[in-house]
Amino acid sequence: MMDFDFTMLQQIGYIASAILFIYGLKMLSSESSAAKGNMVSSFGMLLAILVTLIDVINPLLMLSAILVGGSIGAVFALRVKMTSIPEMVALFNGFGGLSSYFLAWSEFNNQTEISLVMTLTYLTIFIGGITFSGSLIAFFKLSEVLKNTSNFVNSASRWMLIFGCSFALLCILQIVLNVSGLLILEMDLIRIIFVCFLIASLITGLAFVLPIGGGDMPVVISLLNSLSGIAAALAGIIITNTALIVAGCLVGASGLVLTLIMAKSMNRTLYNIFFVGYAASGSSDAEIEGEIKPITAEDAYLVIEAARSVLIVPGYGMAVAQAQHVVKELGDLLENNDCEVSYGIHPVAGRMPGHMNVLLAEANVSYDNLLEPKDINPKMGIVDVAIVIGANDVVNPSATEQPGSPIYGMPILEVYKAKTVMVLKRSMSSGFAGVQNPLFFKENSRMLFGDAKESISKLVAEFKE
Amino acid sequence: MEIYLLLFFILILAIFLGLELISKIPSTLHTPLMSGANAISGITLVGALTLQTDGTLQMVLAFCAIAFASINVFGGYLVTNRMLKMFKKK
Repeated sequence: MMDFDFTMLQQIGYIASAILFIYGLKMLSSESSAAKGNMVSSFGMLLAILVTLIDVINPLLMLSAILVGGSIGAVFALRVKMTSIPEMVALFNGFGGLSSYFLAWSEFNNQTEISLVMTLTYLTIFIGGITFSGSLIAFFKLSEVLKNTSNFVNSASRWMLIFGCSFALLCILQIVLNVSGLLILEMDLIRIIFVCFLIASLITGLAFVLPIGGGDMPVVISLLNSLSGIAAALAGIIITNTALIVAGCLVGASGLVLTLIMAKSMNRTLYNIFFVGYAASGSSDAEIEGEIKPITAEDAYLVIEAARSVLIVPGYGMAVAQAQHVVKELGDLLENNDCEVSYGIHPVAGRMPGHMNVLLAEANVSYDNLLEPKDINPKMGIVDVAIVIGANDVVNPSATEQPGSPIYGMPILEVYKAKTVMVLKRSMSSGFAGVQNPLFFKENSRMLFGDAKESISKLVAEFKE
Repeated sequence: MEIYLLLFFILILAIFLGLELISKIPSTLHTPLMSGANAISGITLVGALTLQTDGTLQMVLAFCAIAFASINVFGGYLVTNRMLKMFKKK
């Protein structure tokens, strides 16, 4: 009888936590309520954990595991620099997937005979494994430990991916055949196949993310985020736990929405992003006319000092140089100089969705001043100076002017329409997409070469003199 | 078997709910939303707490499942909270 009461209480707790998750996520999608939304959702999680803890088999083991994991997570979360957020999120996400992987593995070991539910166990392991190893690769790519890979590695990876997926499919088919009695394998053999499957899932994840370039990471992280949710939901079905199913599906769906938003902001299909990459998707041999016009910090100061409206367009270069605070300082000085300052933020600028927004928020820039391409593009003609800080592909006019370009059709920030464009850049190398940028050669463009932080600091110093 | 059909039913409804819930997100919030959703995916912690722990392998698996999910949950919520505290309107 006591047992029954516990289960009942747990179920009610799960319903309440599902409601909290739903409200939390809803609140997370609006600026004014986002911080509260995260709190609400964390209460949902706390509730779900507490009602589960009432009745566990091995409290000592479980609590110590929570303590170990919880403190590691907390230390990471409180120490990480804001510029390293993308890799941090990727890593956490991978651990979520790994947890589903272990959960399903453990459930498999409990089975004494084969059943259809086992196909779900396999699927959970596959998706959880891909999430983990894929996120790990994303983590290494984002923290720049792993550079872009050679063509040989890329094509080898794609073959491994095909092989891994086919192997997984065969393993799952094998279960179905066994259940229906068309194929009768010894449990021992099934266990051996299972171990191979465990390894294959991890390899598939590696092979999936390895060939994808740094510029496409925002999409990859979103997709992996979605997959970790799906893995959790499937794990929920295996162990018949409604909390896992509902929460997992919410994450899976939200991750999918974000993934599609990202793909749309690049005007590319998911297939193209994951399996083709930029390099193969067309050539851009078009001749670029005009010449590069470098400018010194002193002259640059004179240009922005005279400007009445300035648009700042940050990109990954700002994150690398950690220039967000000096950018804000420059913005304030400009405002004091009777100049209207706004920030143009492209959805895929940086290495994760909304990367620039986080950095500028850290530097105390009001989110009211952050404008999306569709808001700022119509007003571009009346912008005196557009300052491009370490952004490249998201301001590349080829996207609107050259039908043959690999990035043709991608919505961009049309800074070339501004009266003057000032581009802060370390060198003349091309962006992630490997596409030359005609913007740098336009009549109204000026190049200020050097580290973004140093260049802006110089401008700030000029202002203060 | 019926219970699984019922669970699938919940699964389908929850997916549609999720899609509707977050169809419009200002791009300012893409990162916190993802990081916050990511923390929710640590819900596997709840499942991992119900695992059997007979034998060394099962104990290790349960421990790892719980520990990794905890990193995801605690780290995810804390880092999201840190980010959101910075978003201010002036």
